[in-house]
Amino acid sequence: MPAVSKGDGMRGLAVFISDIRNCKSKEAEIKRINKELANIRSKFKGDKALDGYSKKKYVCKLLFIFLLGHDIDFGHMEAVNLLSSNKYTEKQIGYLFISVLVNSNSELIRLINNAIKNDLASRNPTFMCLALHCIANVGSREMGEAFAADIPRILVAGDSMDSVKQSAALCLLRLYKASPDLVPMGEWTARVVHLLNDQHMGVVTAAVSLITCLCKKNPDDFKTCISLAVSRLSRIVSSASTDLQDYTYYFVPAPWLSVKLLRLLQCYPPPEDAAVKGRLVECLETVLNKAQEPPKSKKVQHSNAKNAILFETISLIIHYDSEPNLLVRACNQLGQFLQHRETNLRYLALESMCTLASSEFSHEAVKTHIDTVINALKTERDVSVRQRAADLLYAMCDRSNAKQIVSEMLRYLETADYAIREEIVLKVAILAEKYAVDYSWYVDTILNLIRIAGDYVSEEVWYRVLQIVTNRDDVQGYAAKTVFEALQAPACHENMVKVGGYILGEFGNLIAGDPRSSPPVQFSLLHSKFHLCSVATRALLLSTYIKFINLFPETKATIQGVLRAGSQLRNADVELQQRAVEYLTLSSVASTDVLATVLEEMPPFPERESSILAKLKRKKGPGAGSALDDGRRDASSNDINGGVEPTPSTVSTPSPSADLLGLRAAPPPAAPPATSGAGNLLVDVFSDGPAAQPSLGPTPEEAFLSELEPPAPESPMALLADPAPAADPGPEDIGPPIPEADELLNKFVCKNNGVLFENQLLQIGVKSEFRQNLGRMYLFYGNKTSVQFQNFSPTVVHPGDLQTQLAVQTKRVAAQVDGGAQVQQVLNIECLRDFLTPPLLSVRFRYGGAPQALTLKLPVTINKFFQPTEMAAQDFFQRWKQLSLPQQEAQKIFKANHPMDAEVTKAKLLGFGSALLDNVDPNPENFVGAGIIQTKALQVGCLLRLEPNAQAQMYRLTLRTSKEPVSRHLCELLAQQF
Amino acid sequence: MIRFILIQNRAGKTRLAKWYMQFDDDEKQKLIEEVHAVVTVRDAKHTNFVEFRNFKIIYRRYAGLYFCICVDVSDNNLAYLEAIHNFVEVLNEYFHNVCELDLVFNFYKVYTVVDEMFLAGEIRETSQTKVLKQLLMLQSLE
Repeated sequence: MPAVSKGDGMRGLAVFISDIRNCKSKEAEIKRINKELANIRSKFKGDKALDGYSKKKYVCKLLFIFLLGHDIDFGHMEAVNLLSSNKYTEKQIGYLFISVLVNSNSELIRLINNAIKNDLASRNPTFMCLALHCIANVGSREMGEAFAADIPRILVAGDSMDSVKQSAALCLLRLYKASPDLVPMGEWTARVVHLLNDQHMGVVTAAVSLITCLCKKNPDDFKTCISLAVSRLSRIVSSASTDLQDYTYYFVPAPWLSVKLLRLLQCYPPPEDAAVKGRLVECLETVLNKAQEPPKSKKVQHSNAKNAILFETISLIIHYDSEPNLLVRACNQLGQFLQHRETNLRYLALESMCTLASSEFSHEAVKTHIDTVINALKTERDVSVRQRAADLLYAMCDRSNAKQIVSEMLRYLETADYAIREEIVLKVAILAEKYAVDYSWYVDTILNLIRIAGDYVSEEVWYRVLQIVTNRDDVQGYAAKTVFEALQAPACHENMVKVGGYILGEFGNLIAGDPRSSPPVQFSLLHSKFHLCSVATRALLLSTYIKFINLFPETKATIQGVLRAGSQLRNADVELQQRAVEYLTLSSVASTDVLATVLEEMPPFPERESSILAKLKRKKGPGAGSALDDGRRDASSNDINGGVEPTPSTVSTPSPSADLLGLRAAPPPAAPPATSGAGNLLVDVFSDGPAAQPSLGPTPEEAFLSELEPPAPESPMALLADPAPAADPGPEDIGPPIPEADELLNKFVCKNNGVLFENQLLQIGVKSEFRQNLGRMYLFYGNKTSVQFQNFSPTVVHPGDLQTQLAVQTKRVAAQVDGGAQVQQVLNIECLRDFLTPPLLSVRFRYGGAPQALTLKLPVTINKFFQPTEMAAQDFFQRWKQLSLPQQEAQKIFKANHPMDAEVTKAKLLGFGSALLDNVDPNPENFVGAGIIQTKALQVGCLLRLEPNAQAQMYRLTLRTSKEPVSRHLCELLAQQF
Repeated sequence: MIRFILIQNRAGKTRLAKWYMQFDDDEKQKLIEEVHAVVTVRDAKHTNFVEFRNFKIIYRRYAGLYFCICVDVSDNNLAYLEAIHNFVEVLNEYFHNVCELDLVFNFYKVYTVVDEMFLAGEIRETSQTKVLKQLLMLQSLE
């Protein structure tokens, strides 16, 4: 008979558990549980008082149901009642329920605390332990407040039983960790330290954990623990394998206590007292000696227990880092484990050696194991062991073995697990940089990285190689040659194209003398990759091309051809389009001198922290957002990842490579150098006055935006008269719109972007987008002069009752606009209901002391809020008929002002906002459209028909909407477009 | 320190979950699933240690049951590996050739065994003799 039969004592519970196990489906289980819950509920609510046994049984069933994953919302009171039973089995179930289903119901907490208090005072060690375990398991602040003062007393009381002391020590530890403020240090602390001398090893085992925790916050108060711990350790270590009887585990005396004592000692520096220190060193040597003795048992438990102590001993030796003899012995011991048949030992040896590698005394000893570690990297089956091997190689790397280690890591990378590739890439990149003696090796290594594991080469890594090549002119020619060769591979990684593009754009001239890498060859090689690359890479390549125009004038025509191609100039991606437009203009407008200045080689990067190191640290740092995050990595592993120079010798010799590692973290700007220069230049180009100071020039982004619609020189806007030199108008009274305002407005009826206004002083560009009844408009005010505009203030005004029809929110802009600079204003627009007149834009500023004022019509017309509607011919005619009241229709017959081109007309109608419906009008020459005007208050359905008569050069335009003024207004707006 | 102890079978059913940190119920469920996923894919040639979030799992398989202890990364792997075995030997003695069903039907007793040997995330008692003596004494109580 087993000592414990199934569910003995509680037959009902065993039956219930059997039932649940026999359930064939989840539904059956839930049904059975609900039946049981109903049963228990009725028992708890019944008139008959339950006896303790039944109560225990039902509470235990509830607990089981909860552990199966179901919610329990009753029974807490019955569980609390069990706490005051004087039977152990009932009390135990009560405490278990409370510990598992912690409930911060204040009423219950008071009752629970009361029961705990009684049990703590009961002098019954079994009950006291139950109460202490409950506190230790729950560890809530309320419990801390109630018992933090009592527990130290129980812990050090002379008459407490050993088991109670054990529980009290760990209970106190839990309360201290949860709320340290509630556990005041007192005279009891000294007596706690003396628990290290307790006769009962179990008490010592529990007390060491408590002391280890407390001494971290108050090292001085607990300093006396050092000598006590050393003597206790010494007694254990020197005892024979059977001396400690109960505490001997597979012939190893008190392994867990030994480990705990060794960890306690790691909270302090080496003992100052020579005698204590001598005794401790003796202990450590004994442990190392025992490792060499033949095992007393073949069982893995024996060797594990023994080695647990050994590894902790080595940790302490490394922590002291002051005994060269012990460090080297530790290293040799670990070296033996590197080839042990137990995977666990190989793993732990690699891990432990990693920390040894950072000690000056053992670094060289660690290095002797390089071949074994490389072999581990190649042959270990467990990825985590290979990972440790890679860590160790990284830690033992110095100038003497860097080439070997880097090449082994590169080889490993080809087959490495995906999970660790990025980390290996970072490590290789750091080592290659740190120990580079000649930089051609560095460049080769990084290009190899990209070739082997391009996907895992993060931006930091390839930015870094560009920084280093830019900063070191002795490697630039080699870099250009190597990337050129690398790019010749039929399939090369996009990161290679980026690095290649950047380097050739900067230093391609260094290899241009060789006919095999002449400028046209370089260009066509790069351009052969262009179409397969992402937008970012293509943008980078465009910058390379403009740099080529500067470096190699003979490529200018070819490159201009590429830039001019529709696929660039009208690329759907704004960035690419912009670069193509700007670079094309730059290459055709600027003189060679200007070009050479703008596209000059990049200046060296300022030297700061390596971005790659920072990234590696981040990768190894604690993850984010999980409840487990408060765990910390041990300091030693942080050191490794921090890439501390492993040997003092390399630290002491200042080397150029070490300096380079300090290069700055910031990546090269995403938009390469040429673009910012180009931005400035373009401002210069279209300003009439003296060149703008580049420092005051616009930021590249603003400059780009202003160039979205290049100014059209033939535009009539240049004819604008100078603003009237009137006195400063008051803020409210604005002048009438300039005479051309309507004409300017008409230009924007069918388009959203362009130059709204331009004179000798000022250019105003517009970019806008509309969706439903909402719109956003960007206005760009460019100062074309070299003099600052002051009191610059553009405002939007709603004449008449437009306020109720259209809401326009504007953001203020800076009151000063520097010469050559551009400011941007954002307008948020909401169409509330249909409207006929556009808002006015009033711009005022002072130029050279003279006030300037200008009023324009803001290009917001009702058709901007069109939503195109597709419909079949039948539907169209049906609706057309429905809108047949005379006031719903507006019609205009007018003469064509522009050549009658069907494609242009189509584009204009689409720009106007309606859908174009094919196959509706029986006459294919005619255009038919439909759409809905979206306003906040209402929607207006619109149908339109445009009938061109080419012979007469006339149009007939018919609009039908549900609102008379809208029909007329739309008709007028649209009629002016043809 | 120990963050949690889990006993799971190969199918992922939890036979014991003892938490030494505050987690809400959803998080507990997530951890249970993650541990199962991490541990069951490993074979005998692998180490008994797995990195787990910012911690590590020390585990050992006995027949169809995985005994897993989640500890801080700086903790001593082998000491906890043997702590698992020590615990299993106590269960084996207490339940006389323990099997998975013993843990199911006597789940409330397993908690008592755990509390005798581990408390507040630390090892409380390591002597099998002492633990069993105490358990048998408790067993004799009404």
